[in-house]
Amino acid sequence: MTALLDIRGLTTEFRVNGRWHAAIQDVDLSLAANETLAVVGESGSGKSVTALSTLRLLPQAGARIGRGEILFEGRDLAKLSERQMAKVRGNDIAMIFQEPMTSLNPTMTVGDQIAEVLMIHRGMSHGAALNEARDLLDEVRVPDPARRVTEYPHQFSGGMRQRAMIAIALACRPKVLLADEPTTALDVTVQHQVLTLLDDLKRERGMGVIFITHNLGVVAQIADRVAVMYAGEIVETADCTRLFANPAHPYTEALLRAMPRVDRRADTLEPIPGSVPSITGRPAGCYFAPRCGYARPECGHHPVLGPISGAGGSDHQARCILRAKAEEAA
Amino acid sequence: MTRYIIRRLLAAIPTLLAMLTMVFVLVRLVPGDAAMAMLGDQASEASLSALRARLGLDQPIGVQYLAFLRDMLGGNFGVSMSSGRPVLEEVARVLPYTLELTAASIIIGAIFGLPLGMVAALYRNAWPDYVSRILSLTGLSFPGFVSGILMLLAFAVYLRWFPVMSIASDNIVDHLRNLALPALNLGLIMTAYITRVTRSSMLNVLGEDYIRTARAKGVPPRRLIMRHGLRNALIPVVTVVGLYFGTLIGNSVLVELVFTRPGLGKLILGALQARDYTLLQGLMVIFASFVILVNILTDLIYAVVDPRVSYS
Repeated sequence: MTALLDIRGLTTEFRVNGRWHAAIQDVDLSLAANETLAVVGESGSGKSVTALSTLRLLPQAGARIGRGEILFEGRDLAKLSERQMAKVRGNDIAMIFQEPMTSLNPTMTVGDQIAEVLMIHRGMSHGAALNEARDLLDEVRVPDPARRVTEYPHQFSGGMRQRAMIAIALACRPKVLLADEPTTALDVTVQHQVLTLLDDLKRERGMGVIFITHNLGVVAQIADRVAVMYAGEIVETADCTRLFANPAHPYTEALLRAMPRVDRRADTLEPIPGSVPSITGRPAGCYFAPRCGYARPECGHHPVLGPISGAGGSDHQARCILRAKAEEAA
Repeated sequence: MTRYIIRRLLAAIPTLLAMLTMVFVLVRLVPGDAAMAMLGDQASEASLSALRARLGLDQPIGVQYLAFLRDMLGGNFGVSMSSGRPVLEEVARVLPYTLELTAASIIIGAIFGLPLGMVAALYRNAWPDYVSRILSLTGLSFPGFVSGILMLLAFAVYLRWFPVMSIASDNIVDHLRNLALPALNLGLIMTAYITRVTRSSMLNVLGEDYIRTARAKGVPPRRLIMRHGLRNALIPVVTVVGLYFGTLIGNSVLVELVFTRPGLGKLILGALQARDYTLLQGLMVIFASFVILVNILTDLIYAVVDPRVSYS
């Protein structure tokens, strides 16, 4: 499988009190067509920053891409001018966001907001674009699209707004979709409908999807592969089924133990003590060590992301000295 | 939309009644009464009571109030005591001058204030922002009559570009030359207001999620700022301009004096000096009705700019 999107060594820095600190560092991700890659982690782990950096959507004042390449079909997006980048956004790579309530322009009709992207990238006339917008609303299963296309976002419910966002994102048939917690703000039933919709659309169009979430239940439902992030780094990547069956990194293990499941008693849930270190206060050595039950003196050296032994030909990788060691010894 | 307009108009009725009641009470709170003002201190008691009977001032207060409401709502503002001409006629003669001045200063304010505010927001904490902030602060802290006198000195007395006094003229060029300095004077204050509101409103909007969505769609920068940014940032600006309209008419009183220009302001001042009750009363009612009307208009513009308004 050749990669559609290949992110190599991506480091994004934020300016805090006059100094640049890495919000994410050395992030490697690759995505193939018709593949869903889930990026998982707690709040503050750098998932959203990774997605926003990919489309270069971070505020220009106060954030910069320090190092790394964002190769889309072989072209490095990190080197493009803002004008060239605008041609990629919404056209080749589209993005949907967590807050459907605030992510649509309140003074434009939903139809015009979908039509706009077609007019910009496809050069369509307003009339033709509006017709297409109506078809797109129908495709994302918004009932009565002919009427809905003329309505404003405040006349839409949360779930309907997220469908409208998906219609905007998919209008130009992008090859890659970045979905940043698109179902987090929705009711559970609506959440399921939107996930199913995204999965169907991905299959029909052969898109690559990077799906950002903190919800492991969602990951299990939709992902082909998973990347777990912690404190701005990827700490483990593996096939979805493999990751759930054999988590290698202690953080992944802890996340799985903290996940509520219907087949277990609620009192066996184990929250992870402490919280993600801030970008100005990361410890030397392994970032997870202060919260890790397995921490040993060796964890004072910062570990690299590498294949774990016993991966058995799979590309299962983790960023943990002890785990790699322990499995080598076994 | 029609329902919204009807609702706004209905909501204006209590405001109008409250305003009329206040005018009625205020006029009657002033020491002495209209009869005394007209005939002077030396008038005999007999002639005073004769005039009071003619003006209806001997009637019970309730009857006077109802008669007042009937007259005002019917547009019957009576006759000016000092000039003997109908109040409506007096007002109609000078109103165009004041409206013209007010409109011109709002247009000047919009032409300079909107771009200045936008540039300040887009270059936040860089030199264009500092320049625009210093300019607007200066405009806000200078009293209109002081800057007016300075402008007269500079442009009319020394440079002689514009006339010192406004003399009514049918020639359109002369007319505009007369309007230029007073309009610029009030317009600069308006510019300062609009710059400030536009800057802060634009900064708010640029931080909104839907701006990020528009960028993620590949909307080019120009369209991003105008269609997605300014359109939404205009909502508070419209409010401020509407609210400021009343103040602007009030400010025009001083400006009209400084530039010796006919207008509502000079009429009000004359009526005060002459203790012309009927004219003053009529002016207050007409002035306040204008402010109410502008508020209704502001609400309607609101509904056009922000689709959420007319539905709620």
